[in-house]
Amino acid sequence: MEVCNCIEPQWPADELLMKYQYISDFFIAVAYFSIPLELIYFVKKSAVFPYRWVLVQFGAFIVLCGATHLINLWTFTTHSRTVALVMTTAKVLTAVVSCATALMLVHIIPDLLSVKTRELFLKNKAAELDREMGLIRTQEETGRHVRMLTHEIRSTLDRHTILKTTLVELGRTLALEECALWMPTRTGLELQLSYTLRQQHPVEYTVPIQLPVINQVFGTSRAVKISPNSPVARLRPVSGKYLLGEVVAVRVPLLHLSNFQINDWPELSTKRYALMVLMLPSDSARQWHVHELELVEVVADQVAVALSHAAILEESMRARDLLMEQNVALDIARREAETAIRARNDFLAVMNHEMRTPMHAIIALSSLLQETELTPEQRLMVETVLKSSSLLATLMNDVLDLSRLEDGSLQLELGTFNLHTLFREVLNLIKPIAVVKKLPITLNLAPDLPEFVVGDEKRLMQIILNIVGNAVKFSKQGSISVTALVTKSDNRAPPDFFVVPTGSHFYLRVKVKDLGAGINPQDIPKLFTKFAQTQSLATRSSGGSGLGLAISKRFVNLMEGNIWIESEGVGKGCTAIFDVKLAISNESKQSGIPKVPANPQHVNFAGLKVLVMDENGVSRMVTKGLLVHLGCEVTTVSSNEECLRVVSHEHRVVFMDVCTPGVENYQIALRIHEKFTKRHQRPLLVALTGNTDKSTKEKCMSFGLDGVLLKPVSLDNMRNVLSDLLEHRVLYEAM
Amino acid sequence: LMTAKSLASKETVNGRCWFYSDDDDGISVYLNRELHAMNTVVAQLQTQFQDYLVSLYQQGFLDNQFTELRKLQDEGTPDFVAEVVSLFFDDCSKLINSMSRSLERPENVDFKQVDSGVHQLKGSSSSVGARRVKNVCISFKECCDVQNREGCLRCLQQVDYEYKMLKTKLQDLFNLEKQIVQAGGAIPQHFPSYTILRPDIRPCLDA
Repeated sequence: MEVCNCIEPQWPADELLMKYQYISDFFIAVAYFSIPLELIYFVKKSAVFPYRWVLVQFGAFIVLCGATHLINLWTFTTHSRTVALVMTTAKVLTAVVSCATALMLVHIIPDLLSVKTRELFLKNKAAELDREMGLIRTQEETGRHVRMLTHEIRSTLDRHTILKTTLVELGRTLALEECALWMPTRTGLELQLSYTLRQQHPVEYTVPIQLPVINQVFGTSRAVKISPNSPVARLRPVSGKYLLGEVVAVRVPLLHLSNFQINDWPELSTKRYALMVLMLPSDSARQWHVHELELVEVVADQVAVALSHAAILEESMRARDLLMEQNVALDIARREAETAIRARNDFLAVMNHEMRTPMHAIIALSSLLQETELTPEQRLMVETVLKSSSLLATLMNDVLDLSRLEDGSLQLELGTFNLHTLFREVLNLIKPIAVVKKLPITLNLAPDLPEFVVGDEKRLMQIILNIVGNAVKFSKQGSISVTALVTKSDNRAPPDFFVVPTGSHFYLRVKVKDLGAGINPQDIPKLFTKFAQTQSLATRSSGGSGLGLAISKRFVNLMEGNIWIESEGVGKGCTAIFDVKLAISNESKQSGIPKVPANPQHVNFAGLKVLVMDENGVSRMVTKGLLVHLGCEVTTVSSNEECLRVVSHEHRVVFMDVCTPGVENYQIALRIHEKFTKRHQRPLLVALTGNTDKSTKEKCMSFGLDGVLLKPVSLDNMRNVLSDLLEHRVLYEAM
Repeated sequence: LMTAKSLASKETVNGRCWFYSDDDDGISVYLNRELHAMNTVVAQLQTQFQDYLVSLYQQGFLDNQFTELRKLQDEGTPDFVAEVVSLFFDDCSKLINSMSRSLERPENVDFKQVDSGVHQLKGSSSSVGARRVKNVCISFKECCDVQNREGCLRCLQQVDYEYKMLKTKLQDLFNLEKQIVQAGGAIPQHFPSYTILRPDIRPCLDA
C-alpha cells in the first residue's frame, strides 16, 4: 500500500518537517507534470522520433507518479475516504504503468544504444569522406597545375623559355623553395647547373656525373628523394636553417632526333639525362606527397618531349640558315661566273677585232710585196712572214670560233642563199691550187638538189672549204670529186624505211673523195678532236693547230647533222662525208610566186614550139628571149607574109604583135584560121598589144584570137599565160 | 717554218700569177690571201655594181622591164642583156637618123613616117625598159599627132640625148659586170641581198 518511501508519521508531525515534506511533494508533482509536457513539446518539435508510444507510456507513468505525489499532499492530514480511493486508484494505475514501462525498457534500451553507435559510425564515415574529398581536390588541383605547366612548356619552342617556365611553374605549383636544373656538359662527364629558380645564375657550377646519388636518380624514371646535403642539392646558402626541406630529384631524358623511330616511341635508352632538383621550403614540416612526386615525374617527361621538339626546331632552323647561306654564296658565285664569261666574251670580241686588223694588214701587204721583184733571199723572207701571219690569223679565228662554239653562244645565222652557187664558188677558190697541183676536181650536183635554201651560208661554206681544202692538201696525185645530193635520212646506215623529211627541210649530203694520203682507220676517231694531229697525216710539220675538223664537226652538229671520214688505209685515199639539215626556201628568184617547184618552166614548156611575129627587132628579141628562158623552141618572123609562110601545125602558139597601126595584123589571124581547117591542128593565137581596152579585146575576139597579152610581158606573166593557155585553149584574162 | 725548198714556182692560172710553194702552208697562205683579197675587191665591185644599178633605177633611166630582161640572162645566155641593149641602141640610132631626115625640111614633113618611127622607138624602149626614152617617145607621139614640127624636132633632140646618155650608163654597168666576173665573183642578181663571198670567211686547212 505504501508505494513511495514516504513513511506516514505516528506521532503528531513536527510542523516544520511537515511543511518541508509538503513543499517537496508539491515540487516533485510539478516536476512530474512538467516533464511529460516538455517531452511532448520536444517530440512534437522533432520529426524523427521512432518511439512515440514509449513516450506516451512514459508520460503516463510520470503523470501518474506525479498524481500520486500530488494526492499525497492530501494524505498528510486526515483525509476522507474519497481521497483515499483516488489515492489508491492512482497508485494502482501507477503501478500498472510502471511495470509496463519497466518491461518495455528492457526491450527499448538496447535499440537506443545501437542507435548511438550507428551515429558514431556515421560520424566517423563522414569525417573520412571529408578527408578523402580533400585529397581528391588536392589531386585535381595538382592535375590542373600539371596541365597548365605542360601547356606553358609546350607553348614555346624556345629551349630556354621551356626550361625557365618549367622551373617557375613547378615552383609555384608545389610552393618550392628552390628548383634547379643540371644539364650535362658537352663532354658528358659533368653536370652543369644551368637554371635555377630563385638564385641568380651561379658561375660554372659543375658536379661530376658519376656521383652515386646521380646514378641513383638516373637509374629510375621515378622521382627520387635525395639527401639535402648531396652536392646537387647544396644550392641554397646554408644560413642557420637547421631543418632543410626535403629534396627530390628526377631525371629528364634529353632525346635526340635519332631517337624518334617512325613506328616506335622514342627509346629512353638514351644515355643523356638532365637532372631536375626540387627542394621544399626549409623549416616547414612539409613532406613530399605521392601526388606531388607523380606531378614531378609527369612534368619531367613533358619537359623531355618539349625539349626534343625545341631541339628539332633548332636543327631545322640551323639547316635552313645554312641553306640560305649556301644559296647566297652560290648566287654570288653564279653572278661572278657570268660576269667572268661576259668579260671574257667582251675581251675576245675586242681582241678579235684588234688582233685581226693588224693581221690583215700584214697579210695584205706581204702579199703585195710578194708580187714585186725580189731577190731570192727577200722572197724567202717575205714568204715566211706571209706563212706565219696567215697561220696566226687562222689560229686566232679558230680559237675564237671554238670558244664560242663550246660556250654554246654561237648561233647559226640563217638566210636564203643559192646552194648551187655556193658549191661553184668553193670550187672556183680551190681550182687554182688544184690546177697547179694537177689534181682535177669535179663537182656533181644532184638534179633534185634545191637551188634556193635557207641556212647558215657562211658556215656551210667554211665546212665545205675545209673538207675540200684538206682533200687538196693531202693529195699528191689523183682526182678529187665533190658530190652533193639530197639524202633521205640522217644516218649513214640504210634505214628500214625511208622517212620523208618533215616540212620543207631536207638533208644535204656532201661527199668529198680523194686519192691521196689516206688515213689509218684507227686514227679516224682522233681526227675530230681538237688539237690532235696524227703523225701519219703530217709528213712534214704543218704547224697547224688541228682545229679545222673540230670546228667543222661542231658546225655540222649545230646544223643537226653528222660528219665522218671513211678510209681504207694509208695511201688509199679517203672520203669525207657530212650531212646537214637545210630548209627549202619558199621564194625562188624573188618573184613572189608561192610554192613553185624547181624549174617549172622546163617541166611545162620543154620543147614547146612557138612562133613569134613582131616587126620591132628589139621587142622580137626580148619576146624570144623570154620564151627561150621558159624552155620553148622559138621561131621568129618579122612580117605577116613570113608568118603565114612559116606557120605550121607543129607550132602550138603564135604570138603576134598587133601594136603597129593598121588592121592588117588582125587579118593574119583570119588567114591562119583559113589555113588550118581542123581545129586541133591550128596553133593558138595570142596578140601582144600595147593597150588593153575593151575595144582591143573585142577586136581580138572578133578576129578569132585566143588571147591578148599586154606588152611588155613579164616572165611570170608569160609563164602563167602559157600554162593557162595550154590547159584551157583560151585566154582572155592575161592583162 | 723556213723550208729549204721554199723557192716558189711561178704559174699562170686564169691570167693571173700565182706564187705557189710546194708545201701545205703555201696552200693556207694562198687561200687566205686570195680569199681576203678577192673578198675585198669583189665585194667592192659588187657593191659598186649594185649601187650603180639602183641609182639608174632611181634616176628613172631604167624601169621594171630591165629587171625582167636581166632575169632572162643565165648560163646559157650570158650576154643576153648586152645583146638586146646593143640592138636597141642600133635601132635608136637608125630610127633617129631617118626621123631626122624626115623632119629636116619644114615644108615637106612626112609625119606618117615620123609617126611610125616613133611607134617603133616606143615599142623598143618599152621592151628594153628604157624609161626616159619611152617617156620622150610618148610626148613625141603627141607632137606628131598634132603635126607640130617644132615639137617633134625638140622631142627628137631629146630622144637622141636620152638614148646616148643611157648608152653611156649601161656601158659603165657592163664594164663593172665584166670586172666582177674577172675578179671571180658573181653578178648580183637580186635586190637587195646577194650571195657573194663573205669577207670574214676564211678556210681552215689544218686537220
